[in-house]
Amino acid sequence: MNMIRPGKMIRQVLSSLIKKPATIKYPYVKFEMPENFRGKIKFYPEKCIGCKLCVRDCPSNAITITKVGEKKFECEIRLDKCIYCAQCVDSCLKKALESTGEFELAQLDKKKLKEIFHAQSEDGIKKET
Amino acid sequence: MGKVIIPIGPQHPALKEPESFSVTLEGEKIVDVNLRLGYNHRGIEKACEERTYIQDIYILERVCGICSHSHSTCFVQTVEEIAGVEIPERAKYIRTIVAELERIHSHLLWLGVAGHEIGFDTLFMYTWRDREIVMMILKKVTGNRVNYGINTIGGVRRDISQELLKEILTSVDALEERTKYYIQVATQETTLMNRLLNVGKLSHEDAVLTGAIGPTGRASGIDSDTRRDDPYAAYDKVTFKVIVDNHNDVYGRTLVRVLELMEAYSIIRQSVQNMTEGPITVKVPRKIPAGEAFGRYEAPRGEDVHYVKSNGTEKPERVKVRAPTLANIKPVLKMLENYNLADLPIIVAAIDPCFSCTDRTLLIKDKKSNKSKIMDWESLRKYSIEWYKKRGIGF
Repeated sequence: MNMIRPGKMIRQVLSSLIKKPATIKYPYVKFEMPENFRGKIKFYPEKCIGCKLCVRDCPSNAITITKVGEKKFECEIRLDKCIYCAQCVDSCLKKALESTGEFELAQLDKKKLKEIFHAQSEDGIKKET
Repeated sequence: MGKVIIPIGPQHPALKEPESFSVTLEGEKIVDVNLRLGYNHRGIEKACEERTYIQDIYILERVCGICSHSHSTCFVQTVEEIAGVEIPERAKYIRTIVAELERIHSHLLWLGVAGHEIGFDTLFMYTWRDREIVMMILKKVTGNRVNYGINTIGGVRRDISQELLKEILTSVDALEERTKYYIQVATQETTLMNRLLNVGKLSHEDAVLTGAIGPTGRASGIDSDTRRDDPYAAYDKVTFKVIVDNHNDVYGRTLVRVLELMEAYSIIRQSVQNMTEGPITVKVPRKIPAGEAFGRYEAPRGEDVHYVKSNGTEKPERVKVRAPTLANIKPVLKMLENYNLADLPIIVAAIDPCFSCTDRTLLIKDKKSNKSKIMDWESLRKYSIEWYKKRGIGF
């Protein structure tokens, strides 16, 4: 039978005194998100064919696709509505959507939480409305 | 001595979630407990009926933050049963691995919370530090620390690469080392044993009568585990022990959880070994054929049950969720009897409660006329103003 004694964890606790802190000093030290992290969604207007499967599958209605011209589509993502499940990325047949490692999305201005990817620009430059 | 009724909750430092206990005391002894649910009702079941099956996976995942994989897997399995789909082998193993990683994180979290409730914060700090290992691995495998979103109807969404599998194995080794240490702490540390032994007794008979499930039931000698009794995912292809303990108290529940961690490590190792290359999804049509099914899943807290009825469209007709805490609420009321008020936090925490999963709307009936009344927003507001006026608070 095991001997019963108090202060079983005392050794562990004392050894922690000479160890470095386990935490990262976050805002000063940035850390990389793993490869398949589900962060902010990026849209490639040139790949979109306007099938709207992403709109249909989005659990929080955060994504809207509008036709702006012949085979040209514009995408609006509401960052405040998005739950970052990346289902739209899976649903997209043409890989026009991609999840990035960006996660620092807190914002004081509500208007900045609306992101529009314009069809004209080459790589979807962010423009606030 | 006269009896005193003390309200604990909906907001109380000892409870992490809004729940109301009104405890009748005789001196320090608890003689009766009344529980009221419904402070955290979110209407998820109804919301599921308005959304498609794919959208439902994500909303059901958010029933519970800690057992999110449990709820989504349970729902997905049920829908797959209605659709008559057999998912690929590899998908089954991936579901098993994520499920066990989730169990590890949930049990380590519970061990910390239990330590915190009895004032043993050292244990809390160390278990939560070690829990970070499994959280990191979950983030790498699924893309998020909680709400993994790995399930889809017909399989899983992400494959696990060979390097990641190796990484899982190394973190499992590190965690096993730590768990062995916690088993030593649980069996040798006198403070822990003196505080937990003979607290919150629930005899085997009472546990059967009140329908205790999961680690709570297994600590009272109920030998039941959905993973073994009704295997899902890849649990029929791995061997593991169902931990049963006869302490019947909070100490027993601690032992069951700590020893279950060791079984989880062995399940992960076997799954990684048995995994074969292959596809991870099969195509399932958006419209699920009409039918109904009942799904069972062993969540870290106990058996989770989902019922889905489909009417042949893209949206389900009915989704019913029975979260494990709902079954373990009744035993808690039994456990609390004849203990001191100071034992309440640890006894309630010992079932690993998750009240927001459990919440239901209450329909209050008038005893005399046996009729219920529906109040709209306006009349509810009027009623509340009147209620406060009667007690001398004006608006």
